[in-house]
Amino acid sequence: MTESTPVAPPRRAAFAPAAPTHLSADVVARAHELIALYPEPRSALIPLCHLAQEQDGWLTPEAMVDIAGLVGVTPGEVLGTASFYDMLHTEPVGKHVVAVCTNIACLLGGAAELLEHAEHSLGVGAGGTTADGAITLEEAECLADCDRAPCVQVNHRYVGAQTPESFDQLVGDLRSGARDAEIPPHGTLIRVRRTTGIEADPAVVAEERRTAAEARAAREAAAEGGVS
Amino acid sequence: MAITQPPKIVTSRMGYDDSYTLERYLATGGYDGLRAALARTPEAVAAEVDAASLLGRGGAGFPAGRKWSMLRKNPVTYLVVNGDESEPATFKDHLLVERDPHQLVEGVVIAAYALQVSRVFIFLRGEFALGLERVQSALNDAYAHGAVGRDIFGSGFSVDVVVHPGAGAYICGEETALLESLEGKRGFPRIKPPFFPAAIGLYGDPTVVNNVETMSNLPWIMTNGGAAFAALGGGRSTGTRLFALAGHVANPGVFELEMVKTTFDDLINAPVLGGGIPHGRGLKAFIPGGVSAPWFGPDQIDLPLGQDEVAEAGSMLGSGSVVVMDDHTCAVRAAWRITKFFSRESCGQCTPCREGSGWLERIMDRIERGQGREEDLDLLMDACDNISPGVAWPPQQTTICVLGPSIPSSISSAITMFRDEFLVHIKEGGCPYG
Repeated sequence: MTESTPVAPPRRAAFAPAAPTHLSADVVARAHELIALYPEPRSALIPLCHLAQEQDGWLTPEAMVDIAGLVGVTPGEVLGTASFYDMLHTEPVGKHVVAVCTNIACLLGGAAELLEHAEHSLGVGAGGTTADGAITLEEAECLADCDRAPCVQVNHRYVGAQTPESFDQLVGDLRSGARDAEIPPHGTLIRVRRTTGIEADPAVVAEERRTAAEARAAREAAAEGGVS
Repeated sequence: MAITQPPKIVTSRMGYDDSYTLERYLATGGYDGLRAALARTPEAVAAEVDAASLLGRGGAGFPAGRKWSMLRKNPVTYLVVNGDESEPATFKDHLLVERDPHQLVEGVVIAAYALQVSRVFIFLRGEFALGLERVQSALNDAYAHGAVGRDIFGSGFSVDVVVHPGAGAYICGEETALLESLEGKRGFPRIKPPFFPAAIGLYGDPTVVNNVETMSNLPWIMTNGGAAFAALGGGRSTGTRLFALAGHVANPGVFELEMVKTTFDDLINAPVLGGGIPHGRGLKAFIPGGVSAPWFGPDQIDLPLGQDEVAEAGSMLGSGSVVVMDDHTCAVRAAWRITKFFSRESCGQCTPCREGSGWLERIMDRIERGQGREEDLDLLMDACDNISPGVAWPPQQTTICVLGPSIPSSISSAITMFRDEFLVHIKEGGCPYG
């Protein structure tokens, strides 16, 4: 066999960031606004994932490639980060994500019974999506609305305590579009756009960016060097 | 004890439908605290907060003034506001961000001035969709009003405030996990030392992390003085505090109460507060400070709502949430659900927490389903002991953060207080409460 010295491939060589191709021009413009708010572009990664979900309803592989290019990481790092978070869906979900909390306060308020009813009524288990693509049912951890137990959110909007009867009514209203004005489709999180950029002295902003980039470079150098 | 009538420090606008608007805020003394702060030196503002002895309202209860004084001197420093409220049954910050976002913004700018930071990030849990919109709207209005941004109210002080949405992860309430998340990464807590945020925080720069309620207290403190705040409450627990009451009570909700002067009995049973346990049932147990806290029984209901008082009794006031369980509650089921939560939310970095929480959840689940074994109680306690040696309170820590040592609380409480109930589940193969 030929002698060869194994050489670890450079970590980022495989990915050459390109201009976004999947995210719309408007989303990309908003993405740049968000990135400008942070000393480090990567800080905008999660807000950008929310934006991508606003466009597509979920976090598509194509969107992750665009986000990677926008914030200067690899698509794998976008997926590796997004997969940690419950609200970022790397598989398609329904137009309405209905989250039923079953944590302690809601459990004491009948949440387990409500979830069981929801599963039967919708014909899907927790985590599933109805055949018409209208509803994804989720069993949620505490949503911080415990005085209205059992607590339900639709697309992260609180809809108040639900009984089995009111739950069916809610689902009917969601399917008919009766609550569309109040509850936007899944993915739309913040409908209020920031009206000002960063107003601080440019010298201050530059100093923030410099120290943040320095810290990132030091971390990456440590990572390339392996565990010592 | 009598329920005192302290001034409403953080809930004074809750009676107004338009409490979240700039118009209402300005009509009710809004931004007066900030003007008062800007007329003084940053050191004098910090001294006022120190005089108030304001304890952090996030859960650990560390004095805010002392936290500020520990910030390492550096050309770049940050203030980060922790609004990731996710401790089960805690819903006080939810109220503050949705109903009085300007109060939060004002508090944040006061703190930024005292600390002389030029950048603040308000991290809100992503599930607060309305709260995120309300705080962003408030910020837009506050920038236009001159209360945020460049040369605030002509003082020469400038600060930018950015709202940052989380994406659903309990662990991001842990301050170093929050900073990782804010840097665009998985919410993995950092090891301390060396990563104490005051020394090495966001992007490696010194950072103060304060809770939403802590910030919301600052406008009142600046307007009325730290001494007036410190005159309320008792001992180290000064001022008022928001208590989130949930579970088996007639009137669950968030109540602003004077620390120490009020008891758990008042909170749970007073007609103007919790209104007692419905359906004529009795009290079985209550959790005094979030699900990480050991449980209390009816014999501890007369304890005052004070940080040190609750700590001395073997638990914690924590995040200010109180969960009431009536005497028809299955203790095994309650403890199982809390364990399931920790198992789901463990970030997975440390073996005792990642593996231990899963083991405990599976054992609790089989006991709950009537398939437990005689030796399971010892096995549970042994697994708890491996996560937090001694299973004592305050707990020993074998993990990077305190999520791990929080896991045994509910199991050890339930077994200690309701051992018979576990034995019935195991021996009779079912739950006595059906």
